[in-house]
Amino acid sequence: MSIVLEAHGIRKQFPGVLANDDVSFDLKKGEIHVLLGENGAGKSTLMNVLYGLYKPDGGEIRVNGQAISMSSPRDAIEHGIGMVHQHFMLIPVFTVAENIMLGMESVRGLALDEKVVAERVRELSRDLGMELDPNAYVHDLSVGVQQRVEIVKALYRKAEILILDEPTAVLTPQEVEDLFKIMHDLTNRGVSIVFITHKLKEVLEVADRITVMRGGKVVGSTTPSEISEAELANLMVGREVSLTVDKAAAQPKETVLEVSNLRVLDNLGTVAVDDVSLTVQAGEILGIAGVQGNGQTELVRALTGLARVSGGSIRLDGQEVANASPRRITELGSAHIPEDRQKDGLVLPFPVMDNLVLNTYYLPPFSQGLVVHWDRALENANQRIEQFDIRTPSAMTHVGTLSGGNQQKVIVARELSRPIKLLIASQPTRGLDVGSIEYIHGQIIKRRDEGVAVLLVSTELDEVLQLSDRIAVMYRGKILAVVPAAEATKESIGLLMAGITEKKPA
Amino acid sequence: MSEEQGPKKTRSFKLPPQLVNTGLVPLLAVLTSMVVGGLIIAAAGGNPFAAYAGLFEGAFGSLNALSETTVWASPYIFAGLAVAVGFKGGLFNIGAEGQLAFGAVAAAWIGYALPGMLGADIPAVLHVILAVGGGMLAGGIWAAIPGFLKAYTGGHEVINTIMMNYIALNLTSFLLNGPMKDPNPMNVVARTPLIVESAHLPPVFPEFRFHWGFILAIGMAVLVWWLLWKTTLGFEIRTTGANLDAARYAGVNVKRTIIVTMLFSGILAGMAGAIEVTALNYRHELGFAVGYGFDAIAIALLGKNHPAGVVLASLLFAAMRNGATRMQFLTQIPVDVISVIQALILLFVAADTVVRYIYRIRSRDERFSLTRGWGK
Repeated sequence: MSIVLEAHGIRKQFPGVLANDDVSFDLKKGEIHVLLGENGAGKSTLMNVLYGLYKPDGGEIRVNGQAISMSSPRDAIEHGIGMVHQHFMLIPVFTVAENIMLGMESVRGLALDEKVVAERVRELSRDLGMELDPNAYVHDLSVGVQQRVEIVKALYRKAEILILDEPTAVLTPQEVEDLFKIMHDLTNRGVSIVFITHKLKEVLEVADRITVMRGGKVVGSTTPSEISEAELANLMVGREVSLTVDKAAAQPKETVLEVSNLRVLDNLGTVAVDDVSLTVQAGEILGIAGVQGNGQTELVRALTGLARVSGGSIRLDGQEVANASPRRITELGSAHIPEDRQKDGLVLPFPVMDNLVLNTYYLPPFSQGLVVHWDRALENANQRIEQFDIRTPSAMTHVGTLSGGNQQKVIVARELSRPIKLLIASQPTRGLDVGSIEYIHGQIIKRRDEGVAVLLVSTELDEVLQLSDRIAVMYRGKILAVVPAAEATKESIGLLMAGITEKKPA
Repeated sequence: MSEEQGPKKTRSFKLPPQLVNTGLVPLLAVLTSMVVGGLIIAAAGGNPFAAYAGLFEGAFGSLNALSETTVWASPYIFAGLAVAVGFKGGLFNIGAEGQLAFGAVAAAWIGYALPGMLGADIPAVLHVILAVGGGMLAGGIWAAIPGFLKAYTGGHEVINTIMMNYIALNLTSFLLNGPMKDPNPMNVVARTPLIVESAHLPPVFPEFRFHWGFILAIGMAVLVWWLLWKTTLGFEIRTTGANLDAARYAGVNVKRTIIVTMLFSGILAGMAGAIEVTALNYRHELGFAVGYGFDAIAIALLGKNHPAGVVLASLLFAAMRNGATRMQFLTQIPVDVISVIQALILLFVAADTVVRYIYRIRSRDERFSLTRGWGK
């Protein structure tokens, strides 16, 4: 097979960081080449270089054997390179056809010729076995379908080389399967794909070849037949990591959280949490599985006092806390690892020290009321940094400059360092690398064993299955079933996540 | 974790990034503005060196010049602190001008009318406290209203403080032309009567206009610093300003914090007006203290919303305003040049990318946002 894309000796320097250090990479025609690495390993930098978004400080890029120089994505597109970003670049209020022709509009006279575009979009998507309605508005489409729009958009621009940046991060298990099918279809037609990910299972499932990056360098190249998941993880992280969660059987005690007939409306006033009842006992982990957007966010926000409850009750340690303030709920012994750590959990321009006392700054020993004793906050920060292995230059470093994993550790350190009865962990490992996931899972299990009641909400089915003692599946705002983890399989939970209940009546 | 073995750190920083952002960039912005201003002076046929020498002499050349510079600086410091406190809380208080005017009106009224209403003299110290305190309260309440609207209805404070400015300035005009007009038959100006002497905030030395208000302003700067960085309330204000969602998550009562921030901001602006009345003019007159509330925005930006920075920026603006007259007298270069330079300073501070580009300062990966988005 011929080599369609080749990067040789790429070097890219950012202030303070050498993001790509003599990186070489090649892509053969019709293959899926996985680029694997933790966050901050330099994968995205390399791809942005290949897509013309960054100018490399050194090295050479060849397309079909010819050295090229790119100064913008427009150049990349001209050379047949298309990219689907992790965060989609679609305009929600435009139709599929409008989004696809954006930047290369078909015109008839002065008017846009949407009909021609729509017809071609229809053909192209039908060809690929993924029917797209060209006249649908993007904001009406599910995330998985939006991703297909992005793919069709690249192909519409005659891309022969497709770069997919963490495409599965936002998809359900079923959507991931569909995506893999589409990818294989594409490679059969001669399209070559670079697939960026840090999820090991996917790598082995889909890759023809694998290149592993760590610390800005390529540390290994292999194929799925030559390597196991564990070896791949070790290569990626640079040390031995454990992929399974070791935990003893749960010893549930008294009920800590009791939710009955809870009803929550979302911002638009539609029912997001519909008559939900559940209990969490001290010393157990109740996992809530479900595809994103089935009411989990609103459930957690209601439990933590961030959203209004419009019906039902929430009892925390015997006290009614429906519509109580976040502060009161926190003071009753509830800890919250929020779904969106940068939006809710941290103040990015503040130092690590400040973020570690974000919800305890007014309490002893940090304050007796009026004045904050920052010397004690600093002492506290240094202890937590040590104890939770937060990799930061100092306690005074702005949290926004830390990696995602370390940002999450700051939150975990803060939430788990006070006496708590309940831990609500929402997507606790989203976007994190293997090493951080291992650490955070360990911390959650440790609290459970110490007698904390844990409510885990995750759209990663593997995570729910690994950690939970009982699993509740949420679908369209309702809890469809609660099953003991021992009886749950990926298939049975997966069906429930899709709303299919025949096999397991709730 | 790979971060440590990971990407190599390179040695590139000479100054800590914090200092570059808050110290070096504003300094270079001022310097660049002076250079561009000098070019403008030269293009107009003047000698920039002579002009700046005149400016310097006028601002610092004698004890009296120094005293006058502090007189200019006092309202700048109060009003600059007012805007800076708002920014720290994520609120863009454009209404300092109106809050300042109400502060002045309230202080003047308490200064001239209250003893008559009570039918008794008020002891000097108490009267000053009442007058200044009344001004602070008037400014505070005037700012707390848009704060309340922001917190409970999501109405944007930029719009509402601008609207409140119109109301305050027109109402002031009405009061000074009508009910509060100086009844002296010789008077044709929109101004209040003189305040009684017990409400005077005296000069520090009898021979200069340098007054206690300036010392009070420095004291307020220290107080603001202490409040913002050393107290729980200050932490709540800064957290709400930096990330409203995180503040809510952390249990901060953000509605209350927004109102308190605006109240505090308005108190400082009101104080600027009250001090002008009690320490300098001994009355309020339409046309006194005009523009301080808007200059304050430039001062807060130049001072990077830090109290120490606000004091320095106020002294700079005060020196330029005060020295300008001397400059014009010595070199015939019109004082308006100073407004041009001040505008340039604001431009370079607001668009600091330009300054960073000129001096090849690498930008840190940090986005400075003045204020939050519309609505909630």
